Amino acid sequence: MRLICPHCGERDRREFTYQGAAEILARPSPEVGNDDWADYLHLRENPAGETKDMWYHDPCGAWIVMHRDTVSHAVHGGELASEVRK
Amino acid sequence: MRIEGRGLVDASKTVSFSFDGRMVTGAEGDTVASALLANDIRLVARSFKYHRPRGILTSGSEEPNALVTTGSGAGAEPNVRATMIEVHEGLVVRSQNRWPSLGFDVLSINDLAAPFFGAGFYYKTFMWPRAFWEGLYEPLIRRAAGLGALSGRNNEDRYERAHAFCDLVVIGAGPAGLMAALTAARAGADVILADEDSRMGGRMLAEAEEIDGKPGHVWVADAVAELAGMENVRLMPRTTVTGAYDQGTYGALERVGLHKAAGGHLPRECFWRIVARRSILAAGALERPIAFPNNDRPGIMNAGAVRAYLNRWGVAAGKSVAVYGNNDSAHQTARDLMDAGVEVVAVIDSRKDAVVALDAPVITGGRVTGTKGRLGLEEITVVSDNGERQIKADCLAVSGGWNPTVHLACHMNGRPVWDEAIQSFLPKPGMIPGMEAAGAANGAFSTAGCLADGERAGIEAAKDLGRKAAKAKTPRASEAAYRIEPLWVVEGKGRQWLDFQNDVTVKDVRLAAKENYASVEHMKRYTTQGMAPDQGKNSNVAALAVLADATGRGIPETGTTTYRPPFVPVSIAAMGAGAQGKGFAPQRFTTSHNASVERGAPMIEAGMWYRPSYFPRPGETTWRQACDREVTMAREAVGICDVSTLGKIDVQGPDAAAFLDFVYTNSMSTLPVGKVRYGLMLREDGHVMDDGTCARFGAGHFVITTTTAAAALVMRHLEFVAQGLRPDLDVQLVSVTEEWAQFGVVGPKSRALLNDLLDAPISDETLPYMGHQSISVLGVKGRLFRISFSGEHAYEIAVPARFGEALYRDLVERAEMLGGGAYGMEALNVLRIEKGHITHAEIHGRTTAFDIGFDRMISRKKDCIGQKMAAREGMIDESREQLVGLRPVGEVKQLTAGAHLFIEDAPATRENDQGYVTSVCYSPTVQSFLGLGFLKNGRARYGEKVRLVDHLRGVEAICEVVNPVFFDPEGGRLRG
Repeated sequence: MRLICPHCGERDRREFTYQGAAEILARPSPEVGNDDWADYLHLRENPAGETKDMWYHDPCGAWIVMHRDTVSHAVHGGELASEVRK
Repeated sequence: MRIEGRGLVDASKTVSFSFDGRMVTGAEGDTVASALLANDIRLVARSFKYHRPRGILTSGSEEPNALVTTGSGAGAEPNVRATMIEVHEGLVVRSQNRWPSLGFDVLSINDLAAPFFGAGFYYKTFMWPRAFWEGLYEPLIRRAAGLGALSGRNNEDRYERAHAFCDLVVIGAGPAGLMAALTAARAGADVILADEDSRMGGRMLAEAEEIDGKPGHVWVADAVAELAGMENVRLMPRTTVTGAYDQGTYGALERVGLHKAAGGHLPRECFWRIVARRSILAAGALERPIAFPNNDRPGIMNAGAVRAYLNRWGVAAGKSVAVYGNNDSAHQTARDLMDAGVEVVAVIDSRKDAVVALDAPVITGGRVTGTKGRLGLEEITVVSDNGERQIKADCLAVSGGWNPTVHLACHMNGRPVWDEAIQSFLPKPGMIPGMEAAGAANGAFSTAGCLADGERAGIEAAKDLGRKAAKAKTPRASEAAYRIEPLWVVEGKGRQWLDFQNDVTVKDVRLAAKENYASVEHMKRYTTQGMAPDQGKNSNVAALAVLADATGRGIPETGTTTYRPPFVPVSIAAMGAGAQGKGFAPQRFTTSHNASVERGAPMIEAGMWYRPSYFPRPGETTWRQACDREVTMAREAVGICDVSTLGKIDVQGPDAAAFLDFVYTNSMSTLPVGKVRYGLMLREDGHVMDDGTCARFGAGHFVITTTTAAAALVMRHLEFVAQGLRPDLDVQLVSVTEEWAQFGVVGPKSRALLNDLLDAPISDETLPYMGHQSISVLGVKGRLFRISFSGEHAYEIAVPARFGEALYRDLVERAEMLGGGAYGMEALNVLRIEKGHITHAEIHGRTTAFDIGFDRMISRKKDCIGQKMAAREGMIDESREQLVGLRPVGEVKQLTAGAHLFIEDAPATRENDQGYVTSVCYSPTVQSFLGLGFLKNGRARYGEKVRLVDHLRGVEAICEVVNPVFFDPEGGRLRG
């Protein structure tokens, strides 16, 4: 499997550490209730097809939102988490 | 039998090797298979289940029968295909699965009992008593069945793995692969051409054909020479592409040194990961046998293999050869043999209308219905419209047609499509992104067709790669058409073998269908057809044709089983090359490593780091003696300990303080410059992630420490927060763990030691507890932190790593002069347990700040990671298991971590579980065993007695629940 780092280009997946769905970037405010927080932390879609998940590229230290397809295994590209959040 | 003047090997260059102890002479370029046939050795193996005598069937990696063991001792390798081993001096080959010898095998008795051993026999027979399966039946069956055995010893042979990158990987160097590689390479593409044979050329080495008026092998040699001369081409012979994976990644196994005696400078094998933008599958086709009665005797071979042995190795597989086929390609075998002067006793074509233009006895519309010869073929029975005949023959060359080698194209779960014309499966385009099939793998069965299809694929690949390939003149070659009439099974008396490697017959497949294992995947598992090391390369298509017939469906509806990597067996040693021993677990050494080892310290692993366990002194016979002394040394004089393995992260930027406020539960923005603060980090789910210290060096500059174990985790987490959650904050992080060597200087004499060493002295005024400052040691700039994990008046001194070893040696020497010395992990652990300090034994991922008594460290004045979830009811419930100290009451031998806690007089059962023990030690300071653990509602139970029970190690002790700080609870020593 080859993943795409916006800094380093296409690299072997052994250089990356997987974190989970990119929904983790949408951290709720402390004011919202426990149920919303529990959803944020624990409830995940399990899509067949397009998915976005978090990968850390160990050599360059970038957190990346990877656009992948769970059915075809295609890797469409990666965006820096810092850019996505801007 | 070797035929003079025939073949591409030089028979005058002889090579000797041993086969079952007997010396066999072959020629340079021989495989073990061709050399055995040259010496008229036909019996080479016993079959898996019935111990049937078996010979060589094929000339390639698909060989199901001729599995042998090579080498001896630890490096002996079982189940190697004799068709793939190149002979070399010193080669030792042994046959397998026979006792006492290949010719006389006691377990061939199984063959007589065969009527009882059909598909599903084990499932039906060994059902009861149930307990007998594991203890009796399975071991017996495993001993009787099976192939070669492993040596059971550690293999010292060297293997490697490597990565390669290219524009185009061409799989297979037959006519199609060579044309594809030439076309794309001439257009400038970066090409890897991989072929599993030792010599490139594919079937062109096995056929007596011409290309462009030259013998096929000469054209091949010219093409290979041209490719070898191109800088953008890498030729990889002896390399089997074993799997196709995502994003253009291909696994490949190279036999690097297997054709030479072991022990040279070459690794045995190399496992490659090849990444290519495009690939061309030119893997050719595999010939399939016909399932006629007793079709498995030594001497019955694939017709294409008989041609290969003749044309490439100059070996006639028999003296009087019969040929049997359902397609035109079989005729070529008879033609080539006659050309070489070998007697062809019959050409049997199953097609009534076949035109056989040969000067040999021809039987059209004929079927082979039986064979004779216990250890090798002697006679065949042929039935045709003219009746039944017996024909004497010592070799029968069989062709049931050819199956395109579609395997790699199907590795990503694609299914090939049935083609009526060739009566086999073809790859569907697009099953592997970027891969295209060409040549025989794509159904082109003439040499001219292969060359043209290879060129086409090469042009298309070049185009995809943004290059323009010029259309050259396609070489001229045979356009012989491939005509075939399906023939899978011939009825008659005797078993018709489908899967030679797993001993599966037509009857087994029919039985499976009858018992309603009608799906091809179920049939496979019920009969084990296709589950042997050859993965059904010789039998899958025929077996599913039999199943289709038995279930009344067509072959396309029946479908194939799933093709999975690897295409050929891959030794684990090759796949895991470089990952044995230290390659599996790399070692990280601190700057004090050598000094510690010199002092006799046993080194223990801490993650990838190695740290000293203790420093034995003369007269000390146990680790405890050394440990007790080291603890006392630190409490009464001064001890030195390398703490460089703790993670150190440099945090800088205008928003560094705000960032740290967000990741730590407590506030770091209020920390004055020159001060250090303990910090606790939570996960977002409210559990403790890690702890450490945070030192402020400027308004926007901090250095934080992590535990040794969690250094990488915390770094990744902080980057995640900085980039993913708080990109609004201007902060930069860098790990400086390896840049600084840091040593604990611990004990009442620590300041005296340092003041003797530092260029400028320190005092309580200049450096109070939890302060830090820049220092200079013999002119070297460093940092000094007054922090303590031991509860003593202590410092941590940090210098750039290159000065670490010198400083450590100096510190230890000075400490020894003050009545102290170096201490190791054991003493470090005792010192921290005495003070009730936590490590990852306590913050193991399921504990909250509340559990460890640090609930008040979660600031409510700000938001921070984990704050919201840590405040949930269940996370601060009084009944949770809370950190407590445990002190044995009365005489005890030991306490153990992992033991569970129970109410004193309650039975020690799960329902009564009250908590567990995380850390224990013997404290020479308190002169007692001490434990830390978690107890339900523990903080309210100080003074209560609990029973500690370790069921696993048979330990029991009564302990008093106490405050976890056993020593100096007021902390007077820290400031003193």
